[in-house]
Amino acid sequence: MKGLIKMDLTEQQFEYDKEFKLFTKNVIEKYAENNDKEERMNPELLKEMIKRKYLGAMISRDYGGLDFDSITIGLLNYEAGGGCSSVRSLLTVHGMCALGIQRWGTNEQKEYWLPKLAAGEKIGAFALTEPNVGSNAKGVETIAIEKNDYYILNGEKKWITMSQIADVFIIIAKLEDKPTAFIVEKNTEGLTVEPIKGIMSFRASMIGKIHLNNCKIPKGNLLCKEGLGISHVGLSCLDYGRYMVAWGSVGLGQACVDLSIKYAKERKQFGTYIMKNQLIQKMITEMSVDVKAAKHLCIYAGHLKQKGDPESIVETWVAKYYSSKMVNRVAGRALQVFGANGISDEYPIARYFRDAKINEIIEGSSQMNEIMIAHSMFRSN
Amino acid sequence: MECVKEKVRKFLEQYIRNKDFEDDDNIFKLGLIGSLFAMQLIMFIEKEFNIKVENDDLDLDNFSSLNAINEFINKKISK
Repeated sequence: MKGLIKMDLTEQQFEYDKEFKLFTKNVIEKYAENNDKEERMNPELLKEMIKRKYLGAMISRDYGGLDFDSITIGLLNYEAGGGCSSVRSLLTVHGMCALGIQRWGTNEQKEYWLPKLAAGEKIGAFALTEPNVGSNAKGVETIAIEKNDYYILNGEKKWITMSQIADVFIIIAKLEDKPTAFIVEKNTEGLTVEPIKGIMSFRASMIGKIHLNNCKIPKGNLLCKEGLGISHVGLSCLDYGRYMVAWGSVGLGQACVDLSIKYAKERKQFGTYIMKNQLIQKMITEMSVDVKAAKHLCIYAGHLKQKGDPESIVETWVAKYYSSKMVNRVAGRALQVFGANGISDEYPIARYFRDAKINEIIEGSSQMNEIMIAHSMFRSN
Repeated sequence: MECVKEKVRKFLEQYIRNKDFEDDDNIFKLGLIGSLFAMQLIMFIEKEFNIKVENDDLDLDNFSSLNAINEFINKKISK
């Protein structure tokens, strides 16, 4: 991986990165442009990911997963993020669902769901946000009511990534006014998914609304404990999601740098290559240094995660905050390097530019990041 | 060697700063801990004492004070 030395990664992690890079180049990039145009994840691409067991990358070997360490899973999202942000978002939300079950599920829930999620037989997603609920997660309006051997869920979830193709969701609903997590199958009676079309970024992320109309959920599908849907389940799933958004942003930023350098070496103006232009050099410098800085924040957060260090939560906020802002600066400069060519579909720069923005909004907006990081700084100083 | 209670107090002091607290004070009612604290406390306990906090352990009474956490960890270690 560019910009990293052996101190940062093990030999095995370098080897995995090579594999992910090759997969991105040979497979993901082949589908990325059409994914974006057609606003759908090409099923052939999904099959290729399943074949390589990437959907089980974050799941324990006990359940048939690859059980990658935190850095390796970050590298997968880094490389995939450089190829197609929607593929990265699939890995992220599937992982959030799988890890939520792996961390907080009963043995029965783990044994039933994790092998299927690891094998890619089932796709998972995470459903927290609603039409009226974004950052204020504890304000969810979806309601669960206990009735005999079931919970009855009513409400609407919105902006749910991969909801169009997911088979199972972790859904956060209020049970006796306490946010609680439930495992909900797609084929539950009363559950319908309404695709959201025409979005600016991550256009193949199969995003949608989930309508829950008197959905009967077996009691055994409650995840973790009543009232711990946000503080425990949600927080740990979103922590994973945030880490992946950070890595995906770095991958996207690196892709912008790589393409801009290539373009600056090939494009001639005033009788010479634009790489000779010092203002282009300045932009390339700012872009590559920005990407490197973000990469190191991700590596740092990853090392803390691997150790199970409590500070990893805050350092993941830091990495996500910086990386998501970085990728917007970098994609903006890449577009400037490309000039008019950058806005055409002859190059993927316009897609990168559109995809960059959403990273500042999902898994905690930059403004929420700023509040959390500031609180942490005040606490520790 | 640092005992369990000393380690837990050191950890809590990172999160409950500028305020003295007694071993029996309810740390959640002190109002000085953030929304991330519950998970950070679990991560600390699991990493520091090499134990797994199970769903059945997630009772506020196990984590409400320094004494409660100390008792909970010692109980888990001796199992």
